[in-house]
Amino acid sequence: MGRYIVQRLLSSIPVIFLVTLISFSLMQLVPGDPAIMVAGLQATPDEVERVRVQLGLDQPFHMQLLHWYGNLLQGDLGTSFLLGRDVLEVTLERLPVSISIAVYALVMTLLVSIVAGIIAALRQNSWVDQLVMTIALIGVSLPNFWLGLMLIVLFSVHLGWLPTGGYVDFREDVWGWLQAATLPAVSLAMLQMGLLARITRSTMLEVLRQDYIRTARAKGLSESKVVGKHALKNVMIPVVTVIGIIFSLLLSGSVVIETIFSVPGIGSLLGSAILRRDYPVIQGGLLLVAAMLLLLNLVVDVLYAYFDPRVRYRNGK
Amino acid sequence: MANEIVGGSTAVALADPAPQRRSRWQSPVVRRLLRHRMFLTGAILLLIVSLAAIFADVLAPSDPLKISIRTRFEPPGAEWLFGTDNFGRSQWSRVLYGARLSLMIGLGVVILNAVFGTLVGALAGYFRSLDNLLMRITDAFMAFPVILLAIGITAALGPGSLNAVIALAAVYTPRTARIVRASVLVVREMEYVEAARAMGATHWRIIWHHILPNCMAPLIVQLTFIFAYSVLSEAVLSFLGLGAQPPTPTWGNIIAEGRQYIREAPWITAIPGIALAMTVMGLNLLGDGLRDVLDPRLKVQQG
Repeated sequence: MGRYIVQRLLSSIPVIFLVTLISFSLMQLVPGDPAIMVAGLQATPDEVERVRVQLGLDQPFHMQLLHWYGNLLQGDLGTSFLLGRDVLEVTLERLPVSISIAVYALVMTLLVSIVAGIIAALRQNSWVDQLVMTIALIGVSLPNFWLGLMLIVLFSVHLGWLPTGGYVDFREDVWGWLQAATLPAVSLAMLQMGLLARITRSTMLEVLRQDYIRTARAKGLSESKVVGKHALKNVMIPVVTVIGIIFSLLLSGSVVIETIFSVPGIGSLLGSAILRRDYPVIQGGLLLVAAMLLLLNLVVDVLYAYFDPRVRYRNGK
Repeated sequence: MANEIVGGSTAVALADPAPQRRSRWQSPVVRRLLRHRMFLTGAILLLIVSLAAIFADVLAPSDPLKISIRTRFEPPGAEWLFGTDNFGRSQWSRVLYGARLSLMIGLGVVILNAVFGTLVGALAGYFRSLDNLLMRITDAFMAFPVILLAIGITAALGPGSLNAVIALAAVYTPRTARIVRASVLVVREMEYVEAARAMGATHWRIIWHHILPNCMAPLIVQLTFIFAYSVLSEAVLSFLGLGAQPPTPTWGNIIAEGRQYIREAPWITAIPGIALAMTVMGLNLLGDGLRDVLDPRLKVQQG
């Protein structure tokens, strides 16, 4: 087990290196003179020059790259133009907000889609199955930002049940947090619910065809025991492996969703950074999110290997 | 059928192009697709959107850019099918032209994906020495959440449709490459590939004539889903102001503009979203149908 973890850690080093390289390269993609883009077209040559020095753009390419890695190793992601503050500090400050909503959406996704997927599989081809699958299809096809706006129209403007936006820290007021976070979480979760319900259903159908299920039935176990004890555990394996993907999709969606609901998370930070061309925030935010997801996938893989020894032997040699 | 009986020998059947063309329509794959309910529903939805996009200038009663102060915020009805927006422009015209742009961008991403995804996937799968390097690069790209990286790239390149296509192609190509690589790895071990190698075929000939034609099924399925994701992601980019710039109508930027008037004129936001959902749903159904018929093994892994 320890060997597997070490091997898995080592193999992620080149990927981490490349991920940081991609984040660095984003700045190199800016056409023309990035300093002018950042300072604005009305800026005086002096101001442009100051921005250039601040960004390190006055130096040759290899020096910029060295600086980038030198700073990274010290945990320095640069300074935001917009806020005049350390990028790492700002992103870390806003991360809990985004994570709290993403976790809320994740819990919602897991509860709804696993139950719906299993029921659909148990009643294959019935009207329940068709209803669940139709809703799942609509879920994967709805644009999340549009869904968010429609939810605001319905629940905030017309019914007045929930606030149109804003955020309340859950450490201060759990009820307020729940009210503020519900609509963003639902808009974020819709796509994942559709995906996961479909995956759960098809996995469940596959599991139900296995020999051990037939054996369990043959020895006279009740249907609820067959499903609850024997089938459910095996359905959970693929579900656990897609948690990384689900979390990645949730963070992806956060830029638009947090912008729409004015949630002060990392998504809306990136959203405003894009509009103002605050490149250090864009680079740093992307890097931080990617690093977090790599870590999460690592944890998922290790857990997977822990629960399913076959993986360990196959990869661990 | 009649031709085959009359033709008798295979030589005659091969010489006659007519039965070949007919047999393509009668091939089991096409027949099974035409009987697949989801595939048909998807095809019909997509056909409607495509026709709307192709004939946008014929179907649109007025210029999508024509501003008219007197007709601001007209609700949908007999006179204005989809209502008008804050500049008094016809929403029907704008949504139709939006369809054109959405499909063109989706198609652009799909074509770039097909070319580069196949290239990278085939290289990685066939030349084992390149595999590790190429796969680590795809891993790195895939470490970023799709939309976030696309946003980062368009934010750097600057807003615009072409840049959106480039960004989305860059984000999705590694995913396509992985799928191609996986099937190349299987096909390259087949006996007919070994036979071709034994006969002295060049690497390119083996890849192009023997391996790739047998990797098409998963690629086609993947590209259909990429089309759906691209249309959706492009809408996100233009909603954030990173796609085509106003006044050019895209579904994303119409929704962004309508957002300010969502209380008084919710139709401005609602209608392009429905069009978007319809297109994406059509493509998803098409992809599901193609997967069921072409490549049933893939069923579980989609995610």
